[in-house]
Amino acid sequence: MKKKKPRASWGDRILRSASGLTAVLVVGIMIWMGWEMFISSRQSLHQFGWAFLGGRVWDPVHRIFGALPFIYGTLVTSLVALVIAGPIGLGVAIFLSEMAPATVRSVVGFLVELLAAIPSVVLGLWGIFVLAPFLGKVVEPWLGKRLGFIPLFHGAPVGVDLLNGGLILAIMILPTIASISREVMTAVPTVQREAALALGATKWEMIRIGVLSYAKSGIIGSVILGLGRALGETMAVTMVIGNMPNISPSLFSTAYSMAAVIANEFTEATYGLYLSALMEIGLILFAITLLLNIFARLLVWSVARGPKGGHLV
Amino acid sequence: MGNLSVRNLEAWYGAQKALFGITAEIPEKQITAIIGPSGCGKSTFIRCLNRMHDTLPGAKVSGDILLDGKSIYDQHPVYLRKTVGMVFQKPNPFPSMSIYENVVAGLRLNGERHKEKLRAAAEKSLRMAALWDEVHDRLNYSGVSLSGGQQQRLCIARALAVEPSVLLMDEPASALDPIATQRIEELVSALKKDYTIVIVTHNMQQAARIADLTAFFLNGELVELGPTSEIFTKPKDKRTEDYITGRFG
Repeated sequence: MKKKKPRASWGDRILRSASGLTAVLVVGIMIWMGWEMFISSRQSLHQFGWAFLGGRVWDPVHRIFGALPFIYGTLVTSLVALVIAGPIGLGVAIFLSEMAPATVRSVVGFLVELLAAIPSVVLGLWGIFVLAPFLGKVVEPWLGKRLGFIPLFHGAPVGVDLLNGGLILAIMILPTIASISREVMTAVPTVQREAALALGATKWEMIRIGVLSYAKSGIIGSVILGLGRALGETMAVTMVIGNMPNISPSLFSTAYSMAAVIANEFTEATYGLYLSALMEIGLILFAITLLLNIFARLLVWSVARGPKGGHLV
Repeated sequence: MGNLSVRNLEAWYGAQKALFGITAEIPEKQITAIIGPSGCGKSTFIRCLNRMHDTLPGAKVSGDILLDGKSIYDQHPVYLRKTVGMVFQKPNPFPSMSIYENVVAGLRLNGERHKEKLRAAAEKSLRMAALWDEVHDRLNYSGVSLSGGQQQRLCIARALAVEPSVLLMDEPASALDPIATQRIEELVSALKKDYTIVIVTHNMQQAARIADLTAFFLNGELVELGPTSEIFTKPKDKRTEDYITGRFG
């Protein structure tokens, strides 16, 4: 009897090639983009070399370009955002997954996720018209008076500055951190909580040893996702950061971010080197995001693996 | 130490009543097995003994439970659970902790920081749980690197380290293979000289093998509680007889 090939094997073959193709496509697009940016920034790379990274001057009129103020602005605003949104997001997640009654849980959970749906340009507007005056007239003078001896809070309060940019970013990444952390904490098996309780743990001790330690890789992951979003965010930051290529230790200083300078200046880049310098900024942003993600992945591995013989959870 | 006296205990999950007027004396340093078909309230019963039942949303309890003459409702559950330890159906070591850290987790919660004391307590508990010989050279390995049976003995060691007087076990061997089950049974028999043990089991032979007393639960009621030999050879209640002879359940 002639053996007939089962029909299912065709389906499997098609599925394998199709899904393989999509995976290749994603990687391909990423490599292609990196390559294109590299090619477009060749002129600037050639002209400034590594000095571009450390250059503090951005002067299109005299054809001098340096990326440091933008790198600084991006990193500082993202860091401020993480420092503020990390603990708050984690607090929200703990409340929603361990404390809140079911009705509050779903309502508040929904509202937190709704926060992520606000367009960044709207947040930027709010940052200019509400947050900036409030920071400039109330918060920053207060901080300056009490903590002004720390360089971080030194200087004239304007309201359109690194602090504002960081705060807006914090609001933007809060839902990411809160909702993903909540998901991973809700997924912790009940027997873990009961194991802690049965040993005589209080509520907080139960959350610490039964929930947080079990979910820590997921929690770190949520923070990394938030950081990724903060690094690349353009519109809202551009609207509130002041767009001046300054490097100042004070959070009350105007600054500029990498994404913002690209968005603001690419239409005015009237000559090749200018455009090439902007492309190189893009390339650096790309590289920083990539490096941070690799670093974050390593962190997750080393933290989550825990003791020898354990496994990722 | 470790005498439990249950007085007219009733328990609810929301509007659903799970236990009806349970009155029972659980003597110290003996093994009391709780048997009965699924859903008869045996797990609910032992989860009342360390007030774990109270932690569920909507759960309610009435009646009283005396531990050595004092109501368990007069103290905070956090303290009660240091006297009344619990081992669960599925082994549940903390995966982010090493074997050693798992064992001393409860002591650390009690504020014990002294390294030598923790070491000594860990060794003592692991020996009692008959796990020391297998893990003493890899205490810094993850608790979840062990086999299922070892994990369960690790959880027993973890519960013992807090030095409770009562040990509750909710079907501790139901997720294990026969050999691991046998080891747990030997362990439980050895532990009764120091602890009052209340063990839920769906396995009647297990109760017959290890328990001094056996309680038969049905539909949330305690049908009969007595010496294991009597329950299995000449039960007083017809329903007990039907159950142990395999007529239902």
